[in-house]
Amino acid sequence: MQKSATFVRKEMLQAQEPPTSERGAIKWVRENLFSSALNSVLTIVGLVAAFLVIKAALPWLLHSVWNANSLGECRDIIAARYGEGATGACWAVVRERWHQYLFGFYPQELFWRPTMAFGLMFVALAPVLYYGNQRVNTIMTGVVSILTILALIGISLAFPQTIGGVEAGALAVLVAALVLGGLTAVAWLAPKRLLYFTLLYPAVGFYLLWGGSIWGPIGTLAGFAVLVVVYNLTKGQLGVVVGTGAGVVAAAIWWLAIQSHVTGALHSVLPLGTAHVDSDEFGGFLLAFVIGVTAIAASLPMGILLALGRRSDMPLIKALSVGFIEFIRGVPLITMLFTASLLLQYFLPPRSNFDLILRVIILVTFFSAAYIAEVIRGGLAALPRGQYEAADALGLDYWQAQRLIVMPQALKISIPGIVSSFIGLFKDTTLVALVGLHDPLQGVTKVVRAAIEWKGIYWEPYIFVGLIFFACCFSMSRYSMYLERKLKRDHR
Amino acid sequence: MNKTVLLGTLAASALLAGFASAGTLDDVKARGELICGVNTGLTGFGAPDANGNYQGFDVAVCKAVAAAVLGDPNKVKYVPTTGETRFTALASGEVDMLARNSTWTFSRDNDLKLDFVAVNYYDGQGFMVHKDLGVSSAKELDGATICIQTGTTTELNLADFFKANNIGYTPVTVADDSEAQRQYLAGACDSFTTDASGLAAVRATMPDAENHIILPEIISKEPLGPVVRHGDNNWGDVVRWSYYALVAAEEKGITQANIEEVAASTQDPEVKRILGLEGDLGAMMGLDKEWAKRAIAASGNYGEIFAATIGEGTSIGLARGLNALYTQGGLQYAPPFR
Amino acid sequence: MAYVASAPKEPFRLSMLVYDTRYRSYTIQIVVLFLFLAFLAWLLNNTIENLAAKDKDINFSFLFQRAGYDIDQQLIPYTNDSTHGRALFVGLFNTLIVAFFGCILATIIGVFAGVLRLSGNWVVARLMTLYVETFRNIPLLLWIILAFVIFSETAPAPRDFRVTDEMVAAGEAPSAHKILFDSIAFTNRGMNIPRPYLDHPLGSINVLDVPINLSGLAVLALIAIGMWVNGRLLGHAKAVQEETGIRPVTWWKSLVVLFVPVIVLLFALGLHWEIPELKGFNFQGGINVAHSFTALLIAISLYTGAFIAEAVRAGILAISRGQTEAAFALGLRPGRTMRLVILPQALRVIIPPLISQYLNLTKNTTLGMAISYLDLKGTLGGITLNQTGRELECMLLMMAIYLVLSLIIASGMNVFNTAMKLKER
Repeated sequence: MQKSATFVRKEMLQAQEPPTSERGAIKWVRENLFSSALNSVLTIVGLVAAFLVIKAALPWLLHSVWNANSLGECRDIIAARYGEGATGACWAVVRERWHQYLFGFYPQELFWRPTMAFGLMFVALAPVLYYGNQRVNTIMTGVVSILTILALIGISLAFPQTIGGVEAGALAVLVAALVLGGLTAVAWLAPKRLLYFTLLYPAVGFYLLWGGSIWGPIGTLAGFAVLVVVYNLTKGQLGVVVGTGAGVVAAAIWWLAIQSHVTGALHSVLPLGTAHVDSDEFGGFLLAFVIGVTAIAASLPMGILLALGRRSDMPLIKALSVGFIEFIRGVPLITMLFTASLLLQYFLPPRSNFDLILRVIILVTFFSAAYIAEVIRGGLAALPRGQYEAADALGLDYWQAQRLIVMPQALKISIPGIVSSFIGLFKDTTLVALVGLHDPLQGVTKVVRAAIEWKGIYWEPYIFVGLIFFACCFSMSRYSMYLERKLKRDHR
Repeated sequence: MNKTVLLGTLAASALLAGFASAGTLDDVKARGELICGVNTGLTGFGAPDANGNYQGFDVAVCKAVAAAVLGDPNKVKYVPTTGETRFTALASGEVDMLARNSTWTFSRDNDLKLDFVAVNYYDGQGFMVHKDLGVSSAKELDGATICIQTGTTTELNLADFFKANNIGYTPVTVADDSEAQRQYLAGACDSFTTDASGLAAVRATMPDAENHIILPEIISKEPLGPVVRHGDNNWGDVVRWSYYALVAAEEKGITQANIEEVAASTQDPEVKRILGLEGDLGAMMGLDKEWAKRAIAASGNYGEIFAATIGEGTSIGLARGLNALYTQGGLQYAPPFR
Repeated sequence: MAYVASAPKEPFRLSMLVYDTRYRSYTIQIVVLFLFLAFLAWLLNNTIENLAAKDKDINFSFLFQRAGYDIDQQLIPYTNDSTHGRALFVGLFNTLIVAFFGCILATIIGVFAGVLRLSGNWVVARLMTLYVETFRNIPLLLWIILAFVIFSETAPAPRDFRVTDEMVAAGEAPSAHKILFDSIAFTNRGMNIPRPYLDHPLGSINVLDVPINLSGLAVLALIAIGMWVNGRLLGHAKAVQEETGIRPVTWWKSLVVLFVPVIVLLFALGLHWEIPELKGFNFQGGINVAHSFTALLIAISLYTGAFIAEAVRAGILAISRGQTEAAFALGLRPGRTMRLVILPQALRVIIPPLISQYLNLTKNTTLGMAISYLDLKGTLGGITLNQTGRELECMLLMMAIYLVLSLIIASGMNVFNTAMKLKER
């Protein structure tokens, strides 16, 4: 048989290079930038806009001055360096006053305390966000520890202080290294135990920031112990709701009537404590974080109750919750702040008087509780109905079902929303300047500008503060987006 | 930093609330600290420095009172107040006294239930314009755009002035004096009006101060002074006389530096009474003998304070003017100590 | 064995109020009601006691006293002889106008940014991401201040517009010009835009001391009638199209119905424009739009627009890819796919967050106080409060007004939301 000798290709031809217009940078540009007339116009408009912004700002940024003692000196240096009439940024103000933007008027020798509180906050957050995950907890605690210690070293170099011949900064670094090292070890050995630190953190953070006698926070913590004990004793006979009520009443009695006597007595016997810092010395980002974090943390329990109240079958409870939430969400935050500064003293018993920061925190807590309630309501609504029915089928009562089945899931779904609320609140802390507190954006800037050497400075403080805000909020929003994606994956 | 704080402090405050007390003077003594409402930041008059220590002309009054009452000029807690919150803070007892350029007016004295105990700075509202504008009198400002700081008496004065002269203007309200300075320099307003002292402070820090003039018209009386709550006369007396001690000290030539020397050598009976060497003036208002001596020693007499904070030697460069002693043609006049 | 049809009827015992779930909710509610009333009584009692201690009362009569201060932007006539109550309304209208235009502008910006962020154009998508992220993550207060400063620093001063005799002689031109056919003066103090001016106006009537311009009303009425007729016209065209398959040409009819009567009316009333002129220190004539208004409007729109863009993006991403593909398969171009297929569906996801953004925007107008925009917070809660010292009255009144505003917006948008909801059959 004779094979017909048709042409059969034995091997594949080498693929041809695509035409120049279809490869490399040109293809990318064509497809991504000039795929249609409209797109081309948009591209050109975008590039021109970007160019104009850069053209306006670049010379000013390039003519930066970092070393000067006053705005006038800055102007002289710029004039000498870049010729008469040149304009430039005077970052010297940031170099000289950065600590006021971060800590306000917090005593300089105690800067390590807020820094430490800030670092420990992340350690306390780790088990909440990654409960029981040994690897992540250890990494997070470790990284936070290293960063905190580096920050402490930086601060002790910037503000060298000696107490009784000992380098105070070195001492602080040593203490921090011990505490943080211990916590990292806990995270490594028993990651679930780290949750106890989270529970303790509010007292630790409070003590680090305000200082004073150590018995104060311990006494307050004891109040919670009273609550738990009374609750456990009474819930058997009286049920959960009444038991909680009894616990709260007992704790309130402890806090309001007994605690100060006991702590006073303890303090006179054993005066342990550190330097007390008044809250009016707080300012800058320290203040923003204190208000933001405290308000969000304190508003969580309130927000949960409000969200449950809003979904309750009891008409009165529901009406009260809805009324509260809608009232708060209906008025601007500024009016709440002015209420704190102007009106609260009308509503409280005569002669009761506590400082403005605390009043602001209380009102901001109410404010954020209404928003958190809505976030959690969203989380509750997202739970499939089957979860509730399953809980009922197991014979769990309302609070058991909420505690064991509903809340753990709903809260997990709500974390991104809570983070967003926090970002919003954190940005809104800039408004406290309007009631005379030293927020970083306007409060501290006003103080800086009141100094004769920096009077007339305008852009630099705003840019500096804006950048810090951006860094904080951007990283948090990225984190919440990551969480959202992760949660979505989990649910599939 | 969470519920514990709130509850703990609520508890503490509730307890504090339990101790009702007789008057502000006793409160301050019991507290060991004077709470003084000051400006959130006004160059020369009251602002914290890089270390957070409050300095300035108004602040010196707080220091004098603290020194007189508590014996230590540093036992003062400064509460920054805004134009809106200042009187409420005082009325609610949040602060013991205000030392923050507040104008003494009839309605504030009566309707707001405040007591202006003295005038530590006689001011008046003026106008600043750029030289190029070619204006030499405020009456030529017909149709001008005028930057005005909101939340003060100045906006009422401005409206009254233009109405009285039957000319028109466009108000541009600004939040504070650094904002006003920026807008004025950018040319967003033809003229900037505020208290003449504030104008001088703003002008002093301009890059081209020589191109700006302050118009001769002073369109209002702005007696600025420390304020206390209405009804607590004893405390009002303490603040008033602590201030007058500073004025009297200038008149008698007692300074921070020579006070001990004067006390040792003086033959003047009034100086003796002021410094507590003769009689017991302090006891009449519930203080000890050396109250005035400490008040003067805190940051010097009135003239020294003026010179150190806002006077011609500083970059603000205010002349004494109306605030010179009556012996030198001014209005500062302390009633006799006897 | 006896068959029990229902649980035995137990006699009511007091302990059932705690243990029996049928009664327990009543117990709880009564306790809560009691506590709530006690709380209210406590607040009221404290307030009364505090007011008595300060020798003050609650008295709104200050609203009828002379205000004595000037407001630079007034939508209703106001002078410093007007009352505090009138200043309140001037402020309220200033709040409303920023909120109104802000919502419109923010929606436009947000929809464009949200859509463009998903565009295939690399530069545009990145720029939009940059826009959204920078605006979302920096406090609004800073943006408002920045916008304000940029306006007053970059625009020319009124004196730059001046043409002096020497300049005419030397043949020089002034360094700044009015824009848009020499009609709008954009200076560092504000914007003067031409004001419509009528030779034979219909006059005005005063309702509650607020003059209502009859000419404006007539124009509005004619426009409304024109729109109604136009709607009938289009409805008819649609009916014809459905019956015969051919749509009658309507565009010129629509134009005639909508515009001719209005133009005729305006001509009869003698419309011409009052162009701003430089007189003395400033531009006179025309409508003066202060920079505090423009800056607040722009900053607040851009800021809220960034949030709306995120909502729009999320809404678009929520629509399944199949919809786009189906539209492409039908031969629709990307623009039309977005407009006709994706956005209408995405709207249902977008509207709820949009409502809360509108509410936020309205509340955020209070931040105008940083650049001294005299809105409700600036007049009632600012100068009036300051001059009268009536903080309790002013703050309560202000909160009530904002609350009512928010409730109106929320309920209005909720009606819209229900109307837009997918009607399941």
